[in-house]
This record gives sequence, C-alpha cells and structure tokens, in this order.
Amino acid sequence: MTTLTLSKALNAGLRKALENDPKVLIMGEDVGKLGGVFRVTDGLQKDFGEDRVIDTPLAESGIVGTAIGLALRGYRPVCEIQFDGFVYPAANQIVSQLAKMRYRSRGHVALPVTIRIPCGGGIGAVEHHSESPEVLFAHTAGLQVVACADAADAFAMIQQSVSCDDPVIFFEPKRRYWDKAEVDTTSGLASALPLDRARVALEGTEVTLLAYGPMVRTCLESALAARQGGPGNGHSIEVVDLRSLSPLDMETISASVRRTGRCVVAHEAPVYAGLGAEIAARVTEQCFYHLEAPVLRVGGFATPYPPSRIEEHYLPDLDRILDAVDRSFGY
Amino acid sequence: MTVEPGGATTAAPAFPAKEPPQADQLVQLLTPEGERVEHPGYPLDLSAADIRDMYRDLVLVRRIDTEAISLQRQGELGIWASLLGQEAAQIGSGRALGPDDMVFPTYREHGVAWCRGIDPVKLLELYRGVSHGGWDPKEHKFHLYTIVIGSQTLHATGYAMGIQRDGAVGGDGAGQDRAEAVIAYFGDGATSQGDVNEAFVWASVFNAPVVFFCQNNQWAISEPLEKQSRIPLYQRARGFGFPGLRVDGNDVLACYAVTRKALQAAREGQGPTLIEAFTYRMGAHTTTDDPTRYRLASELEVWKLKDPIERVRAYLVRTGQAEPEFFAAVDAEAKQVGARVREACRTMADPPPLSMFDNVYAEPTAILREEREQYAAYLESFEESAGAGR
Repeated sequence: MTTLTLSKALNAGLRKALENDPKVLIMGEDVGKLGGVFRVTDGLQKDFGEDRVIDTPLAESGIVGTAIGLALRGYRPVCEIQFDGFVYPAANQIVSQLAKMRYRSRGHVALPVTIRIPCGGGIGAVEHHSESPEVLFAHTAGLQVVACADAADAFAMIQQSVSCDDPVIFFEPKRRYWDKAEVDTTSGLASALPLDRARVALEGTEVTLLAYGPMVRTCLESALAARQGGPGNGHSIEVVDLRSLSPLDMETISASVRRTGRCVVAHEAPVYAGLGAEIAARVTEQCFYHLEAPVLRVGGFATPYPPSRIEEHYLPDLDRILDAVDRSFGY
Repeated sequence: MTVEPGGATTAAPAFPAKEPPQADQLVQLLTPEGERVEHPGYPLDLSAADIRDMYRDLVLVRRIDTEAISLQRQGELGIWASLLGQEAAQIGSGRALGPDDMVFPTYREHGVAWCRGIDPVKLLELYRGVSHGGWDPKEHKFHLYTIVIGSQTLHATGYAMGIQRDGAVGGDGAGQDRAEAVIAYFGDGATSQGDVNEAFVWASVFNAPVVFFCQNNQWAISEPLEKQSRIPLYQRARGFGFPGLRVDGNDVLACYAVTRKALQAAREGQGPTLIEAFTYRMGAHTTTDDPTRYRLASELEVWKLKDPIERVRAYLVRTGQAEPEFFAAVDAEAKQVGARVREACRTMADPPPLSMFDNVYAEPTAILREEREQYAAYLESFEESAGAGR
C-alpha cells in the first residue's frame, strides 16, 4: 500500500496502462512537458515519449476527432479535456461521432477512447472551470460515463476505462485531486470492482444517500456527522458511491433502498433534469412498496455556475445534505 | 504546381472565386473538348486500357446515381445525395488510391465507394433507412459516410497519425512497400467548419500523411462559394503550412494525377496536401432540394459543356483508343447495373425492430436488456391478440 493523492493515483494508473499496452496514447493540451494543469500526466511524456504522450494543438474537437481516427487505426487514446467547461467544442465529435460509431457500423468498429474531464467546483475558479456536465453524456447512448471519488478507486477505474472497448467519459473530481488514500499499486484489475458497478461506501440502515465524484466525500462526512449527533442526529445513513453514471447500477442502488426505505441523491450538477431525476424515477418504480418517503434530491440550482465567491451556496454541503435527509424523515 | 510553400507572396487573388480559374492555376490534362494537354508537374503513364476503365467507371457510377434518384422519386429511398457532375473528381482520385490507403468520405462519395469495391446497394441502405452504414470500413479501407459536415477530416488526420506511429510512412526507415496514406473528402461548404480547419492545423503540425480532397462543386445547398470564402480554397493551405493546388475536377486524368502525386508525397513523409477539385454540382443538393430557387439555369448550361464523361469519350474516339463496340458494351453494362441496383433496392428487407438494440455497446447494458425484453413482450402481445382472432 502506498499513500497517494487522487491525482497521483490517476498518474500511476495511466502509467500502468501505458506500460501494459503499446497502443495506449495520451493526448491533450499541456499533458506532455507540463504534465497537465493538474499534473495528472506528470512525467509520462518523459518516460513514454512524444509519440505516445502528445501535446496537441489547442482545440478540443481536434483532440477528440483525431483520437477517433487513431482508435480506428487500432490505438487506445486517452484524451484530456483541460476543464469541464471546455468540453463543448468537442460535443459533435463525442456525441455524434464517438458515441455512435459502433452502432452505425453495426459492430464493425469499436472506439476504445477514454476522455478524462476534471469536473465540479469548489476550487475558487473563474467561470467555465467548475461545471458538472455529466448528464449530457449520460443521456448519450454509446458512451459509458464514470466518476471516480477517491484515489484507490481512481487508480483502478482509469485503467479499466482505458481497457474498455467502448468510449468512456471519465470524470475526475478536481477539488479532490489532493485528497490522499491508501492505494495498492501492485494489485491487478482482476480483483477490482467492475467499472459499471456502484459501491456501498459506508453501510447504514435508515436512509440511502447516493452520490458520485466530489460529493462522495461530502456525503461520507454527512453520514459520520449524523451518527455523531448534530443535525440529523441519530440517523444511520448508508452512502453509495455510484461510480458508473451510465449505465447505472440499479441492482446495487435498489438493494440499498429496499433495505433502508429512504433515498436521497446528491450531486453538484443542477437538480433540474439531473441524474437524480433518472434515479428517483427508477427507484420509485423498482422500490415503490419499500419507500417510506419520496426520493429527494439535493444539488446545484437551476442557474449557471455562480461566481466563485458564492459557490459555497451553490454546492451541496454537509448541512444541505443532512437537511434533505431530515426532510426524508419528515414523511 | 500552383502553390509553392514558402514561395513569394502572390498578388491578391481574383474575386469572386467562382469565376473560372486562370489556366495557369488549374491543373488540367484533358480539355472539355477531349484534347490531351501536358502538364510538366504531372506526366501521365496511363495505358489506353486504363483510360477505358476510367470511362467505364464514370458511366457506371452516373448510371447508379440516376437510378438512385429515380428510386427516391418512386418512394423506394428516403433521400439521395447525387454526385452528378462530380464523377471525374471521385473516379480520378479514387483510382489513384493504393489498396492500403484509407478513405474518409462524406455522404456523396459514391464514385469513390465504387473504386473501393463497395456494392452500390450498400450505399442505398443508408438512404433507404435500412442501416446507418452497411459495410465494414476495415475491409474496404473506406470509412462510413459521415453526415455532419467536416467531422471526418479529423478522423482522417488521426488515422494518419496512427500510420506514422505504426512506422508505415516513408522518410525514417519505413519501406516504401509498407507506406500508407489517408484521403479525406469534403466539400466547399465544409471548409468553413471548425473541424476542417482543426484538421488542417493537426495535419500540418504533425506532418500527417493525409490528402485533403475538397470537391468544390460551387454550392453548399443554396449558398454559393462566396458565402464560404473570399479566396480560392486551395490557397488556404498556404496559411496552414502545406501545399494546395487546384485541379480541373471534371478532368478524370488530372484528378487521378494530382491525387496520386499527393498521396505519394504523403506516403514519403512529406505531409499533407490540399487538393481543390474545381467542379460543379449538376443536380440538387439532395432529392429534397430545389436549386431553381437559388441559381440560374444558364450556369448549368455552361458546366454541361465541361461534362466529365463526354470529354473522355471524345478523347478515346478521336485517338482511336476505343471502338463503338466498347461504348455499346459499357452502355449495356450500365443498364444491367442499374437494373440490379433497382431490384436489390426494391426487395431490400427492413431490419427486424429489435435489432435497434444491437451494437450500442460491446455488451448490452442491463437497461438495454430490460428495454429490449419489455419491447419484445409488447410486440408479442399483438401477435397473441392476432392469433386469438381479435
């Protein structure tokens, strides 16, 4: 076991992927010499060369579009989109080209492309650097959409994404890049939880709290606070880290909600038409007779991301999450 | 050569660009009257048989195209994007490709598809609504048709970067026999797209072995070229740092020669070339379009005189390289191909409804399996009702 930050764990996972398969490439803006603006690709170009860790021109559509071409040639590109708000210039290449190629070709063509996107707010950034666009991609058939929440998971999940034969949109919680955890960098992927499965991060009995990416830590802190007293005093909260946003692991989600009878979904993205809406609808269908309360959602507001000096009011925090938990118990 | 990279700045280009280019700008090896002209940059080593083969291809793809237009009119196709007028650009460039070269087409490259051995019936599948693309791109080295304008130029460039990484490009040690190149097709309208400009940047910066083949057919649906560019399109290449040239797009010999040379340069590690094939869209944009709303019939008359097929026929006849029997045989074959395409289209089966759930992912997700099962049960419920005599 090694103590690694989430950023370093991703770096270690990418290094393994590059070592294990000569077809794996990394491409993006500033990923080479600089090692990425968050240093996720630090040192990789030095060790694997400029042909495999490619500093690209500054154009997101070009990054994804050429990655598609490289994948058609048999490569496994890992693209970095520098920030969440910069992914939209690549929307056509991701949504209309990358996601649909297997379908359009009736299975003749697979595009094993991973697109890494640092996402979410909480770092005091200027606008377009704090967004949560995951549901746009979850709504696109043909893409797998995943979000890592901690270093140990990040190390395995990035390798699983790279080896996946379908395109994967890989969200990285940028305000958790510096969070440390124990990571076993010697363990293979055979023992790792499959990429499309959710994980019970903390067991509880009275309410299921669903989260992914940056909100997992917030939800774990909320659950521990609820046990220790304070708001939501005395409640036993089960925290489920969704990990895979598309497809959703409804088996794990529903099993948890059937046990607890209550469900709250938390995400940074706007509540309106967010992933929580899909989960609420499915949980209601699958767990109707087990539910003690409607599925509640807590998340960003139906606004653009606000200026950073007031972002703490936009982002769900411990208090807002426990307030939602309390409301669930009010039924 | 019309543009020398790094050469002296030329005078401001003539505007509007739609005017026929000056003779010294345009690579032409066969005049509209069917007269062979020499160009020092493009010596031609085609036999009479080669040129007869080209003529045959030109006639057959035109026949397939007119057949498809009729099939749309009869309700057998939802839509058709005609290549009429662009046969020479497509057959010339298509026949210049080596077997290992990779093609990234738009949705109008029926002539290139023909050169890559794709059954024209497969093309109709897309326009009939039976599939989104019926062929294996790897088998034919011909990617699926791309509908979103310009997107494929980036795929082509990425593929070319893959060729470089495979060591299948000349220059540093790669054997010429292993060398491969890529060709990306697009139109005049596409040159305004960000993706095409990004592809130019990428190809230039990485010196990728890709040929950008722009069929400037003068019209992007209703918008004439001057809505896209104030300079001749081939001149744009200079700004990106690679050579560009303009070829008579209705001259199959010239299109063949310039494409072959550009592909060879790419294979040898000399990087990208932009070819502007100056041609004309003789028909509508697609069968849903009505060009009488936006362009003059007189324009069409001018271009009819530059027909890509007639000039080859005139040349073959004048030089005694083809007998009347040859032309009769080609016409008969065209009739046969037309009949086969017509019949195959009319009898083409719809895909089974549940096939819509196939190939979304390598393995179907739980949600896809569930939706498929539920919809199958829903469909079966009607069969049971019908079976019960209701």
